[in-house]
Amino acid sequence: MKETPLSNCERRFLLRAIEEKKRLDGRQTYDYRSIRVSFGTDYGCCVVELGKTRVLGQVSCELVSPKLNRATEGILFFNLELSQMAAPAFEPGRQSDLLVKLNRLLERCLRNSKCIDTESLCVVAGEKVWQIRVDLHLLNHDGNIIDAASIAAIVALCHFRRPDVSVQGDEVTLYAPEERDPVPLSIHHMPICVSFAFFQQGMYLLVDPNEREERVMDGLLVIAMNKHREICTIQSSGGIMLLKDQVLRCSKIAGVKVAEITELIQKALENDQKVRKEGGKFGFAESIANQRITAFKMEKAPVDTSDVEEKAEEIMAEAEPPPEVIAEPVLWTPGTAQIGEGVENTWGVLEDSEKEGEDEGGSDEAVLPDDVKMDTAEVSNVGSQDAPIVLSDSEEEEMIILEPDKNPKKIRTQIVSAKQEKAPSKKPARKRKKKRIVN
Amino acid sequence: MAEAVQFAAESLAGGRARAARTVLDQVVLPGEELLLPEQEDVEGPGGAGERPLRLNAGTRSRLRVVCGPGLRRCGDRLLVTKCGRLRHKDPGSGSSGGVYWVDSQQKRYVPVKGDHVIGIVTAKSGDIFKVDVGGSEPASLSYLAFEGATKRNRPNVQVGDLIYGQFVVANKDMEPEMVCIDSCGRANGMGVIGHDGLLFKVTLGLIRKLLAPECEIIQEVGKLYPLEIVFGMNGRIWVKAKTIQQTLILANILEACEHMTADQRKQIFARLAEN
Repeated sequence: MKETPLSNCERRFLLRAIEEKKRLDGRQTYDYRSIRVSFGTDYGCCVVELGKTRVLGQVSCELVSPKLNRATEGILFFNLELSQMAAPAFEPGRQSDLLVKLNRLLERCLRNSKCIDTESLCVVAGEKVWQIRVDLHLLNHDGNIIDAASIAAIVALCHFRRPDVSVQGDEVTLYAPEERDPVPLSIHHMPICVSFAFFQQGMYLLVDPNEREERVMDGLLVIAMNKHREICTIQSSGGIMLLKDQVLRCSKIAGVKVAEITELIQKALENDQKVRKEGGKFGFAESIANQRITAFKMEKAPVDTSDVEEKAEEIMAEAEPPPEVIAEPVLWTPGTAQIGEGVENTWGVLEDSEKEGEDEGGSDEAVLPDDVKMDTAEVSNVGSQDAPIVLSDSEEEEMIILEPDKNPKKIRTQIVSAKQEKAPSKKPARKRKKKRIVN
Repeated sequence: MAEAVQFAAESLAGGRARAARTVLDQVVLPGEELLLPEQEDVEGPGGAGERPLRLNAGTRSRLRVVCGPGLRRCGDRLLVTKCGRLRHKDPGSGSSGGVYWVDSQQKRYVPVKGDHVIGIVTAKSGDIFKVDVGGSEPASLSYLAFEGATKRNRPNVQVGDLIYGQFVVANKDMEPEMVCIDSCGRANGMGVIGHDGLLFKVTLGLIRKLLAPECEIIQEVGKLYPLEIVFGMNGRIWVKAKTIQQTLILANILEACEHMTADQRKQIFARLAEN
């Protein structure tokens, strides 16, 4: 599908707004849109959001034989993909000019700046080295792809862990993650791209242009820098003449921005590591609601079984006798029967008793570590309940049911006649008019 | 909402067509077939098999039903083609029938005959302009379809201009065609939109909401600043106020209206009115 053209009036408006130091989304000249970094459940998977632009990064590794002229160096491979999902104008499977330009810029930014120690990726010189592959997918396009992609690439690389390898004589052993903890890549520094858009032959400058600003800009300057203020790549495109002062000023701004972004990335990485260590929900799992039965699938958690017997006996001794449950079949209509705790739903009761579950019940929940307990408790609730009802009193639900709140309003406004709906009104210059539908 | 979906799914699984009357304002799913009130009596409790013989079956009172967006005719039933809530509007005369449509949230516009839209001229070729309306293909617009245009007197339209017009041809097999005059040959507000102002895109649902008669949002916006505004059913809004700042504020407010409750909106408007 063709790209939506930019109308003359949009172009004129944007340029006039830039002259007045105003931007469409209310940002200042040097402001970035809000950046959000979230991680997947796997190592080396992340999503970076820069305003509405979203990039998914995924790192993978493989043992390959090295290049002939670099026998002791691992191989780095970057690939950015612009799918149609991001914008309808992107064609799948075609190397557009934009894509080639972005890919080369990324390679220059990340490979040529030697931010990753490729020598440490060597397993057996001349025979086996690690090939690290960074796949970046643009999920939504709202301008400034290169900044989002460079952040996603470096975050994914920092987050990635490769399997541990040991070499004894001629024998190479690859350890599974269960045997030995995977090792992170050694990263010297984090180069991050910062884009500057120039308008009116370099008169005006904007940081982090969005899609519409990118369309009216005259030139683009991309500076890749790390937090030590070392320039890794610099590229000017669009054919404008930049003065020395302008480039210097841009590099100063880039230094500030890179410091901020690096801090944000490190904070995000630390957070993720902390949550992973504690065994709580991390990555995308955070955003999966516990609403569906399929969402309850969980991996086996290690259970501390050192003093199970004593503990169980202690619990049994302390606990009150279990409540009387009469498992009587209830006959609803001829031919159907229900067996269970009774007619009423007893979930609320179960949920309540969960808090004192440690000293009561004597079930297997009591010996699980704290953080896993909640989840398993909910799982067992579902198991004990024969009706396939979704959990109704979990906390997540309150956040999810946002739509019904909106609905009443919608109903109000949408009970309108289709006739009038199809007659757009113009106020106040053009008067409202009604049009009859021609059947 | 969830219940409604579940119910819709159940009925879909059952394979039995529901009566359109009974599912008004409920969620319907694509592929579902709906019965019109007339057929309810026939196919209702007895089933389709034993239909009572009528003496004057041929002269049965005719039912005029209009399929709105999201519905398609399928024999003498309605076939749902979009997921959303089923809406209905009675015709003025009080007889049965009327307009049925499905309300849903989407961004992609599909041209509909009679819709007023904002398009961007992408090319001039001979006698016609190509206009991008956000649909799957550009619409065509004849240079004669402007008020007062003759073969000698061509309208002044440049590539990149905004056009406010109406669809006269819009169906799935043909290129859509626009005009900027009504059936009497008057412009009636249509034509080329001014050279200033800002164009932005919102969802189609918001446009419908804003175009509803006595829409509160528009009245509140109108009190803020003097403004010129054009709504296209294709999700495009053009707005112009006295200054760039005011135009930007208006555009941002209208965009934000989509996700605000009435109370939140009132608060924001009150705050803006103070400044």
